[in-house]
Amino acid sequence: MNEGIGARVLRKEDKRFITGEGRYTDDIVQPNQRYASFVRSPYAHAKIKKINKSAAEGMVGVEAVFDGKQLTGDGIGNIICGWMIHSKDGSPMNMGVWSALATETVRYVGDAVAVVVADTAANAKAAAEAVEVDYEELPSVIKPDAALEKSAPQIHDNAKNNLIFDWEIGEEKATDDAIKGAAHVVELDVTNNRLAPNAIEPRSAIAVYSKAEDHYTLYTTSQNPHVARLVLSAFYQVAPEHKLRVVAPDVGGGFGSKIYIYPEEIVCLWASMKTNCSIKWTAERSESFLTDAHGRDHVSNIKIGFDKNHKIVGLKVDTIANLGAYMSLFSSCVPTYLYATLLSGQYDIANIHCNVRTVYTNTTPVDAYRGAGRPEACYLVERAMETAARQLGTSPAELRRKNFVGSFPHQTPVIMNYDVGDFAANLDAAIKAADYGGFETRRAEAAKVGKLRGIGMSSYIEACGIAPSAAVGSLGAGVGLWESAEVRVNPVGTVEILTGSHSHGQGHETTFAQLVCDRFGLPADNVQVVHGDTDKVQFGMGTYGSRSGAVGMSAIAQALDKVEIKAKKIGAHMLEVKESDIVIEDGEVKVPGSNKVLGWHEVCLNAYTAHNLPEGMEPGLKEGSFYDPANFTFPAGTYICEVEVDPETGHTDIVQFVASDDFGTIVNPMIVEGQVHGGIAQGIGQALLEEVVYDDNGQLLTGSYMDYAMPRADDLPSYQVSHESTPCPSNPLGIKGCGEAGAIGSPPALINAITDAIGNNDLSMPATPAKVWAAIQAAGTKQAAE
Amino acid sequence: MYETKYHKASSADEAARLLAAAEDGKFLSGGQTLLPTMKQRLAAPTDLVDLSQIDAMKGITIDGKKITIGAVTTHAEVASSSELRDVCHSICDLAGMIGDPHVRNMGTIGGSIANNDPAADYPAAMMSLNAEIMTTKRTIAADDFFVDLFETALEDDEIITAISYTVPSKCGYAKFPHPASRYAMTGVFVSKNVDGTVRVGVTGAGASGVFRHEGMESALAGTWTADALKDCTVDANAMLSDIHADGAYRANLVKVLAGRAVASSC
Repeated sequence: MNEGIGARVLRKEDKRFITGEGRYTDDIVQPNQRYASFVRSPYAHAKIKKINKSAAEGMVGVEAVFDGKQLTGDGIGNIICGWMIHSKDGSPMNMGVWSALATETVRYVGDAVAVVVADTAANAKAAAEAVEVDYEELPSVIKPDAALEKSAPQIHDNAKNNLIFDWEIGEEKATDDAIKGAAHVVELDVTNNRLAPNAIEPRSAIAVYSKAEDHYTLYTTSQNPHVARLVLSAFYQVAPEHKLRVVAPDVGGGFGSKIYIYPEEIVCLWASMKTNCSIKWTAERSESFLTDAHGRDHVSNIKIGFDKNHKIVGLKVDTIANLGAYMSLFSSCVPTYLYATLLSGQYDIANIHCNVRTVYTNTTPVDAYRGAGRPEACYLVERAMETAARQLGTSPAELRRKNFVGSFPHQTPVIMNYDVGDFAANLDAAIKAADYGGFETRRAEAAKVGKLRGIGMSSYIEACGIAPSAAVGSLGAGVGLWESAEVRVNPVGTVEILTGSHSHGQGHETTFAQLVCDRFGLPADNVQVVHGDTDKVQFGMGTYGSRSGAVGMSAIAQALDKVEIKAKKIGAHMLEVKESDIVIEDGEVKVPGSNKVLGWHEVCLNAYTAHNLPEGMEPGLKEGSFYDPANFTFPAGTYICEVEVDPETGHTDIVQFVASDDFGTIVNPMIVEGQVHGGIAQGIGQALLEEVVYDDNGQLLTGSYMDYAMPRADDLPSYQVSHESTPCPSNPLGIKGCGEAGAIGSPPALINAITDAIGNNDLSMPATPAKVWAAIQAAGTKQAAE
Repeated sequence: MYETKYHKASSADEAARLLAAAEDGKFLSGGQTLLPTMKQRLAAPTDLVDLSQIDAMKGITIDGKKITIGAVTTHAEVASSSELRDVCHSICDLAGMIGDPHVRNMGTIGGSIANNDPAADYPAAMMSLNAEIMTTKRTIAADDFFVDLFETALEDDEIITAISYTVPSKCGYAKFPHPASRYAMTGVFVSKNVDGTVRVGVTGAGASGVFRHEGMESALAGTWTADALKDCTVDANAMLSDIHADGAYRANLVKVLAGRAVASSC
């Protein structure tokens, strides 16, 4: 059975997940384990006047109660943002102080001010309620545009008017001139709604300090355990890097929210040392809503100028991005280099300018969430393109086609250099699959039964696999964005892959093994993937930004190259032939067309017995690689969504969803299709259902599933997913990445379909039935008035 | 959840005694509202007196057109009763729309009515069907039972034992679920009685909880069609308004769903 690249190998990891045998952080129990419960601010903005811990300290089972002054007094560092952005005037971003436990001021509801350590979770929670915090409430600001007003409350002393940075990209004057001279300008004000990440597994941590060894272990729900270890050591001074082991075991979904190092992990590690106990903390769902970094929350204006032939001459964007109360780890790069660099979309645009102001508000910190900046860019561009087609009276498909980048490589005015693609091929495939031309017939049929049918399109592009380390370093990144791999071949010929990537739903145990199957013809069952433990695996950068295929697997491929070369040398020596005559396939090392054949295991065993190696060769068969990408990769595609809206209730029924994607080489089509399905489901969630809402005082109104609407099976359609692939030229396997595309491409397709159906373009996400109904009423009133 | 003491009652009398003996007790039926509230620490009764195992309060009795449903009968039991469906399928359909299978297997009709959540389904049916709410102390007409949001005519130690109604000549229920909670954003139950009178019960929409709409009742008494409602008005200012929908939207839903309930009635 072929289990190599392109095979639909069933996921090896699913047996334990489906049978309830997964090993998540909260499943781990340590000897001498205690439980932490955090005292959190009930106010969006307040001064901490006094903390009285004595009642809590006297309660049953309580080991200790700590506050922020003790934490900072022990030299624990402030939480930082790891990507430096400079404002257009050259000044560095205004990063405010974020202590893992607030010392003087709380800045959002949920901000941690103290921690209780007790013998049971219930006792810890009871004592946390008994910690008396005397607050002096301060005025708060919630909306990003309001935060910039002069009268707005000041949240961090060093960020005047709550401005973190005022950044730009592209040529402003040239863009203004181009738009001024355009035959037609389309302009939209667009809000990108704030989302809560909602991983199935809440965040969790167990900190284990060994006084005898002066050594720390942290089990945690992390997408990048080595990055966590580095940051905890180098910046937060919790423990020296060589005395801290970070383990991210099975992790139940991340979507970005588990990239960052949160206050709870820092506090648990420190408190473990203070109490000499192991300390577990697992978020309740309410805490997840309050404290997991949120996503999106942009307010933007976009203008696109077209010439008389409908070619784009300029694109200009002004954005205010809400980063919440503190700058989370990668918060600064999301609304800048992961966002504005994609504003060229799939189009050949000579002039682009984007200005981004990021602001503090008294809300949960905002950081990368599935797509991270690219959904925001795609939503702006693709809504504006569909709007332009309507205004220009041309076909949305043909307006896009006319403006597509046609030759590669293509340098955009906003940094990105698109290496390869075939945008028209994906557009054509989507049009065909959706029977785009037959839509008007279907619209008429729907009208007969009182339904408003609409169709919408989105031709997205995104950037994955970020990116050459030197390049991102020059843009302000505090880390390199390569990936590591080690391939250990055992003496019996089985293989272990140690990867710096981390799987929290992606299926790496299967797809990474398929690379070995493909290379040597071994069964997938003979390959074990090891990840998520800094004691086992060499330093790695982890999994986010759809990078584990393009970057993580490239590192494995490079390590496999080295293994293959050495195995061929050994085989050639054993068979007494030239290395260049040797082929490794079907688990054999052989000279094709001859009787010179060795079993793979014979070569491997000889590598370790070292009884018959070429002269001077070291024993063993184990190779490593650090792969630093040469460029971003650029997945792209076209999505078409068709809806029927009930005009009486505003309910939207998605009756068709077509996705044609270019992900380059596909290792496991089943897993890739699953990624697309999941991504589109999240995009539909954003477009139809999900929104984090605060009241004017910063109280979270959508703090549970009673008010935060997640997509469910009956909200979602069956998807038609297909691929038109152009292999990526910059990495050895030709992979582009598929993890986020669905969440990037789908929201504009869906909103474009609804606005088409109801005849009113003034509609924001989430397009709830109430909003859609109101938009239908407004359109009707407008028509009547005309 | 704070610590609480659990008691299982085997009769309504015993339940009342157990509650009287508790410092700050609460009756527990299916627990589908009370337990999540306790888990969020928004309620902290010292004692829970479980009514759900009281045999005398279980089951569905059909006597000609007279239906009696025991208070601790679950939504799943109502939804799946073929005998009840034969005589009054709308009440079965309504029960089948409540929550999800977990909720329907635990939640009870008595618990739903006693809680009087403004977005619960059953109160609309009780109002429309002119049901009688039978308690350990008396029988209360639905019109008198539902007082305001989460407020009923029940006294603290009074327990619903059953509800009872006469099957109308026609009835139907239409619900528009809330996108997040799947409670009723609005639900309308319509009934046409043998004597030609009509009762319309509306849940999910009213600022003071479940209500009847007299304008629609008289319109439908004239003609039992959705079209008959076209000149009816629903006061948006008397509707709930929140982050999910404003009063105007809910007022619209009341009218739309009333029409759909009539269209689907039989």
